[in-house]
Amino acid sequence: MLSKEGIAKRIAKEIKNGYYVNLGIGIPTLVANYIPAGIDVVLQSENGLLGMGPFPFEGEEDPDLINAGKQTITTLPGSAIFDSAMSFGMIRAQKIDLTILGAMEVSEHGDIANWKIPGKMVKGMGGAMDLVASAKNIIVAMQHVNKAGESKLLPNCTLPLTGVKCIKKIVTELAVLDVLPEGGFKLIERAPGVSVAEIRNATLGKLYADDDVPEMVVE
Amino acid sequence: MINKVVGSAEEAISDIRDGSTLMLGGFGLCGIPENCIAALVKKGVKELTCIANNAGVDDFGIGLMLQTRQVKKMISSYVGENAEFERQLLSGELEVELIPQGTLATRCLAAGYGMPAIFTPAGVGTEIAEGKEVRNFNGKDYLMEYAFEADFALVKAWKGDTAGNLIFRSTSRNFNPVMAMAGKVTIAEVEELVEAGALDPDQIHTPGVYVHRIFKGNNYEKRIEQRTVRSRIS
Repeated sequence: MLSKEGIAKRIAKEIKNGYYVNLGIGIPTLVANYIPAGIDVVLQSENGLLGMGPFPFEGEEDPDLINAGKQTITTLPGSAIFDSAMSFGMIRAQKIDLTILGAMEVSEHGDIANWKIPGKMVKGMGGAMDLVASAKNIIVAMQHVNKAGESKLLPNCTLPLTGVKCIKKIVTELAVLDVLPEGGFKLIERAPGVSVAEIRNATLGKLYADDDVPEMVVE
Repeated sequence: MINKVVGSAEEAISDIRDGSTLMLGGFGLCGIPENCIAALVKKGVKELTCIANNAGVDDFGIGLMLQTRQVKKMISSYVGENAEFERQLLSGELEVELIPQGTLATRCLAAGYGMPAIFTPAGVGTEIAEGKEVRNFNGKDYLMEYAFEADFALVKAWKGDTAGNLIFRSTSRNFNPVMAMAGKVTIAEVEELVEAGALDPDQIHTPGVYVHRIFKGNNYEKRIEQRTVRSRIS
């Protein structure tokens, strides 16, 4: 079973040289720490920055320079600043190669729910609906089951949707799965020490698994 | 050159009335029109509809106008981090319309570009698509979303000149340029106000044609919402 850092490390292996990447809040943010050496990526922050750098040194925080999580950050050589409309323009026009975000539920059709729980205070979707509707390549980083032990990989989402038929890959503490175009989750890799039966048990949606599913390699 | 300068925030917002629809620039607390908000609180106008990406925090930004119950409706993409907002929403005192962040920005852009509507895939198949026209282009569905109409846009820039030309700094740019273009009346507050001619025309982000009033703001707090730093030893 993977830790949150393990999930982030596994996802980092999906990032290719030259990618422009948008990272969501939570586990996706951790992915930035594990981008392999020799891979050049540009991180987009949807409040209007390409080329997001690390947090500033203490005393060098700039209140005018934040990321989409409202954290103080820095720029890097080659960074560019733009307004919010252009930021979502480049997302809509699919200039961003990869989007990594968290989810409450994903369905076997690739639908995602991650913004609203009926009966609870709704904070809003922020940029999530724009990102999932437009991105050509989305990886969901999430726990396989919720705190109540219920599967988050479902035949259909039960929570209000963020987007439909948009998710193609999911990385959880148990597995890497693809969402098949015709519907269903295809088991691609098992987390170290996790059996296919355990993954099947934790997956409520339709799961397709070959007889021999490789164990993932995470350093 | 036409002179857009007014003497103070109070003068700039003097014709904002009860029931006005306002746009307020900023992302979180970054790049918000602090002086205009303070003047609105002082003036006490009520029943305002505010179009802004966020609703501030309890004691800063739009949160100050929520404390004084001046806001009737918020149109935003994300409204966390604000207990008073939550209380007013749950008690029914405040109306909120949540819309995707890119849709929010692009509805401003459309207004500033003179286009009545946009088509965006954001929200297709979700509850925010309810009652909206869906059009299919090249095999993909898009929602039709209308350009915003706002009586006033309140924006914050870094530098501005007497002709209303604006330059923004770093990520405090965010929604400010598109909202500046979208207001029927646009009010810009700036950290540094210079004579027309002092700014390089090639560096202007918002041309003065979009700006109706400009003033030099004072005492910017620029509160940081999430102060994150790294250690020097690493």
